[in-house]
Amino acid sequence: MMKIFTSNYFKIGLYLLSFFYMETALAQEEQSDIEQSVKENQLNMDAVFSRPSLSFEKVPVALGGYLEANTMHRIEEGITDGLSFQARRLTIFMAASISERIKFLTEIEFENGGKEIAIEFAALDVAFHPMFNLRGGIVMNPIGAFNENHDGPKWEFVERPDVAVNMLAATQSNAGFGVYGKTYSGNWIFGYEAYLTNGFNSKIISNEEDKTYLPAYKDGDNLFEENFSGKAMFSGKLAFKNRKIGELGLSYMGGAYNKFEEDGLSVEDKARVNVFAIDWNTTIQATNTYIVGEAAFVKVETPESYTPQYGNKQHGFFMDVVQPVYKNKIFEWEDATFNIAARFDYVDWNVGKFKESDTNIGDQLLAVTPGISFRPTPKTVFRINYRYEWQKDIINNPAERAATWYMGFSSYF
Amino acid sequence: MKAKNLFVISLICIPILFSCEALAPQEPEEYELLDGPVENLNQAESIRFIEGDKAFNDQIFTKETGLGPIFTGTSCVSCHAGDGKGHPFVSFTRFGQDLPGIKNFLDQGAPQLQNRAIPGYEPETLPSGAPHAELLAPIVTGLGFLDAVSDEDLLAMADPDDLDGDGISGRVHWNDRPDYVKDRPGTISKNGKYITRFGKKANVYDLLHQTADAYNQDIGINSYYEPYDTYSGDKVQPEIDRKTINDVVFYLKTLKAPIPRNQDNPEVVAGKALFENTQCTACHKPTLRTSYSPITAISYQEFHPYTDMLLHDMGPELDDGYTEGYALSSEWRTAPLWGIGLSKDSQGGEYYLMHDGRARSIEDAILLHGGEAENAKNKYQNLSQQEKSQLIKFIESL
Repeated sequence: MMKIFTSNYFKIGLYLLSFFYMETALAQEEQSDIEQSVKENQLNMDAVFSRPSLSFEKVPVALGGYLEANTMHRIEEGITDGLSFQARRLTIFMAASISERIKFLTEIEFENGGKEIAIEFAALDVAFHPMFNLRGGIVMNPIGAFNENHDGPKWEFVERPDVAVNMLAATQSNAGFGVYGKTYSGNWIFGYEAYLTNGFNSKIISNEEDKTYLPAYKDGDNLFEENFSGKAMFSGKLAFKNRKIGELGLSYMGGAYNKFEEDGLSVEDKARVNVFAIDWNTTIQATNTYIVGEAAFVKVETPESYTPQYGNKQHGFFMDVVQPVYKNKIFEWEDATFNIAARFDYVDWNVGKFKESDTNIGDQLLAVTPGISFRPTPKTVFRINYRYEWQKDIINNPAERAATWYMGFSSYF
Repeated sequence: MKAKNLFVISLICIPILFSCEALAPQEPEEYELLDGPVENLNQAESIRFIEGDKAFNDQIFTKETGLGPIFTGTSCVSCHAGDGKGHPFVSFTRFGQDLPGIKNFLDQGAPQLQNRAIPGYEPETLPSGAPHAELLAPIVTGLGFLDAVSDEDLLAMADPDDLDGDGISGRVHWNDRPDYVKDRPGTISKNGKYITRFGKKANVYDLLHQTADAYNQDIGINSYYEPYDTYSGDKVQPEIDRKTINDVVFYLKTLKAPIPRNQDNPEVVAGKALFENTQCTACHKPTLRTSYSPITAISYQEFHPYTDMLLHDMGPELDDGYTEGYALSSEWRTAPLWGIGLSKDSQGGEYYLMHDGRARSIEDAILLHGGEAENAKNKYQNLSQQEKSQLIKFIESL
């Protein structure tokens, strides 16, 4: 059993302190030694707290958020609809320290010009021990890394990773309760999360994407009030970090997704969805190259007599490589940084073969996205991306190609 | 910031940006694609084409929007990817009829097997001993031209008693038609029967008949035209509006005819001559002509489908023991050959030819011909290897 040192309590204390009292209303830019120490001890699971925010004297509430906007020009098989300007999302977070051991944080996202307003996170945390904290409310399921660490200003790309948002369902939040904790030993950090929440619904195999599509569950009704299947979904994650090497996360999420009983009568066979994910991030010290990625595997039980349009296996991954190429003072920005970056996306939404023809099922996406980013401060990123993708339909016809230019920014405020 | 640094950054960034622009995917040539409208649609027709295109290619049906409960596919495009031929993963099993005009197994789901079901329901299974045939979806481009050929022209091509003695005795399919279809200009009827021309057995009168029937039998979508639920047999409320169905019909009517390729290639030119010499053109008529159509772009046009739209006895090899309407089980409508060279691009990179996809190459398809086509097949077999290759290259160019 890992020994818990008193100093760990101190680090956790610093960490929470840094969040709630990170900055004054004057929004000072410099990171303190405390913040640096906190950063080294963070795991992906801490991302929800690892955000700049404003706090006010004598008011136990911290406010923050971020805004993303960009231009987009897409050319699909030589055809383009022209240039679009997008204000993708405005996210606001608010935190409160209710008492010594009770904290509250919420994240509300406005998308599509305010037509879509989503509570992505709204949870009450009760700290009993660094290795044992209770969390309840609307929680983000800890599957992969991106779901819990998705703030735009942290990424060098306008688009979110396909595997995270179109195969998994980032940002995926559900009503539920659970526990989490962290501990340290030398250079090692270990963290865990385990939640029971509402689960998916049968829209994941009945949707206008015509494919098994986990994000379709969001089109269901009363997501935060009613569990479609009536059975709790478990999601959990183990994370390991070595301060000199990087972080590795292993996560699982699963449970029944269909309403197999109504009024006590069996109306369908019970069907489960199981999701496994592995995520990693590291920085190659010699070159300061940052690498982050995530791979996921989905298994969905579908009736044998249903259509093969809705596959029962999916997998995919993404990997970002970010290379700072210039860091200096530019205007008044200390340590302004130019980066070159590349993202690789791959998703196979329907793994397997057609039994009718013994040929491979298609429904795959491959994309490569080179990009350039400029960070005047760590909180703001200006980015230019060029995404080239190949998308195959279910029967593996020649891939449709599309190229998309993006230019935009994402910034905490 | 030093100018030198900015210069270095620019050197890195600008070439990357502009080299990517040059890599943007180029639009395929029109002749490489099956989809797209006929030329010279007016603006109102173009708008309607787009509406139909969306319904045909983008509208996916789910349990919530009426799919099933028993079905074979979830959308039009699941059977006709890229407006081309279908793939075996969505095939149609027709069953119940082995003699002209006598329909059996109607109480057990005939004429089409809905072999899939939404969760909680059981799909149909083929009744023991039921005559049946597997069918793959046909290419849908150019259908408006085929629809606008007059009955008179079809009758002129028919030779049911082989009076010219060429061994080919194609006939029109005098058949029943649903009440909701309207006469096409110049419709000819005989003893209450009409000439039906679409479908593998030429069992379908027109594109409205085909479309309404496909929504109902393939996807389980009931409409004003076909209001009976395939699962319960009950007359139910429409799950799709009439406008959408008629937009799809308009889309099908105004899809362009496939554009032949490599017509100046010497091998193709030689193959074209061989195609004629081997008597293939006796059924696969190269040129037809439309009569009047309310769509000006289709009216009075010459086109090249390589079909006569007539029923022919294709011999025992292709006799599945199943039929539709008043056709014999050995009779099949001459399949249009236009677009066949592009069909791989809608069938996952492989050929699935003939009515059920059993032919995996054009040569396989030729060799499956029998009956009235026996002579043509024999002539093909007597060709040299080079001539066979030329003939196949010609067919692929269509």
